[in-house]
Amino acid sequence: MQQSIIETRTGDAPAGEAVVELVDLRKSYGTGPSAVQILDGVNFEVRRGEFVCVVGPSGSGKTTLLKCIAGLLKPSGGRTDFEGQEVTEPPAKLAVVFQDYSRSLLPWMTVRANIALPLRNKFPKQERQARIDEALESVGLAGKGHLYPWQMSGGMQQRAAIARGLAYQPDVLLMDEPFAAVDAQTRIDLEDLVLEVRDRYDTTVLFVTHDIDEAVYLADRVIVLSGAPTTVSHNITVDLPHPRHQVDTKREPRFAELRAFVFEQIQAAKSNTVRNRADA
Amino acid sequence: MNRALPLLRTAALRLWLPVLLAIVWWYASAGSQNIYFPPLSTILETFAADWLGSRAATDLVPSLGKFVLGFLISAAGGIALGTWLGLSPAAREAAEPVVQFLRSLPPPVLLPIGLLLFGITGTMNVAIIVMGAIWPTVLNTADGIRSLDGQVADMSRSYRLTFAQRLFSVALPNAAPQVFAGLRTTLQLSIILIVVSEMVAAASGVGYYVLNSQQTFAVAQTWAGTLVLGLIGYLSTLVFLAVEKRVLNWQHGMRRAAEGA
Repeated sequence: MQQSIIETRTGDAPAGEAVVELVDLRKSYGTGPSAVQILDGVNFEVRRGEFVCVVGPSGSGKTTLLKCIAGLLKPSGGRTDFEGQEVTEPPAKLAVVFQDYSRSLLPWMTVRANIALPLRNKFPKQERQARIDEALESVGLAGKGHLYPWQMSGGMQQRAAIARGLAYQPDVLLMDEPFAAVDAQTRIDLEDLVLEVRDRYDTTVLFVTHDIDEAVYLADRVIVLSGAPTTVSHNITVDLPHPRHQVDTKREPRFAELRAFVFEQIQAAKSNTVRNRADA
Repeated sequence: MNRALPLLRTAALRLWLPVLLAIVWWYASAGSQNIYFPPLSTILETFAADWLGSRAATDLVPSLGKFVLGFLISAAGGIALGTWLGLSPAAREAAEPVVQFLRSLPPPVLLPIGLLLFGITGTMNVAIIVMGAIWPTVLNTADGIRSLDGQVADMSRSYRLTFAQRLFSVALPNAAPQVFAGLRTTLQLSIILIVVSEMVAAASGVGYYVLNSQQTFAVAQTWAGTLVLGLIGYLSTLVFLAVEKRVLNWQHGMRRAAEGA
């Protein structure tokens, strides 16, 4: 029934080259009978310019998945490709915005120095300064670079972390539940900020979240993960018009429809997880 | 004027007790005939004659030089060795028993061996400081380097920071609060060891002067020398704290911000 309303795309690959490609990605922790299978053959790709959100029930290995894509974890099987190359170390044209800004910005450096750190030794000073200024300006922190992270609110710190990612000018920006720790109003501001900078920098974004509203609101495509062990349960094109608007977009019947569909899939995945655990 | 007031207040708060004690000492000991407790005025006269005079160059400066040199070698060597142990699990496994053994030795025990190896020389005094005082800095630095948060490590890797950046911009600043805790103990041990080593094996220096004056019943000199040692310890701690405050400014600010929130 649902399939008739929601087009799920697994076979038909539309235009745009794949920048990130996951091929039968597997990851387990431990060995022997005590091994825990987290990812059990995950397949999807992200094409250049896309904004893809990955949602799944908690404990579905979202962070594990992201770390494999970022080259921070070695898969146990299958592989992830970045711009056609198998990922064996963190790719140079990929930047990560981590979940916990308070632990990813270095408290002994000003915001400016934090943003500058990955650029040092890679670009001449003048270009570095220009990139930092532009990044700070585009996240609304112009003139705030001299502050230390702990002199800022949580929302400002996450803006600074996003600015660090932007100044790196990656082809792909990977975001791991970046707004999980900020309050609701800040979260709304930051969602729109991400959409804005994505247009400005023309970046491909892979955004992991557990928030269904956020996923549908932001994404061009939503990847729904099943419960553990994790596979892709649905791959949904979000055919909502751009630019998105917090009130208008969320008022559209189509938004409600997509949101309800994703919600049901995640509920189903959760009960599967419970069943799988009971079997084990 | 407005800014000077709180400063004066702090100074007054810190000074009243030492001043009071000095006054009590002054009057209690005035006219004392007891040879072990000479009047404070006599002690201060001796202090001025010896330590503001000829002995400043012949005993104080060499002692201070050896103390500072020993501390600096311990600090630099301790941070370097601790960093290596913190970064390399294999090195840690291999070195752990040896380090634990060496740091468990009561430092003065090293004196006879130091004497055998270096004789009664300045090198011996410095070597004794380093052998005895380096360990707290080694162990604290290793701990601090190891305690790097997992997400910070992920950040360093994903932004492809170079080894030098990871070391000097991430791992060492992260370890700095613990490094300074270690350095503080190293500083205290350095003072103890310069004095003890000079008492046992030196022909000059403040430690030699104190013990020698005691053995020749020059009691006022014994008291004056002890005052000098107390002052060296106190002033070096002040300098140390000023440096620490500068380097760990971010940490104090962070703590204040957390308390204010």
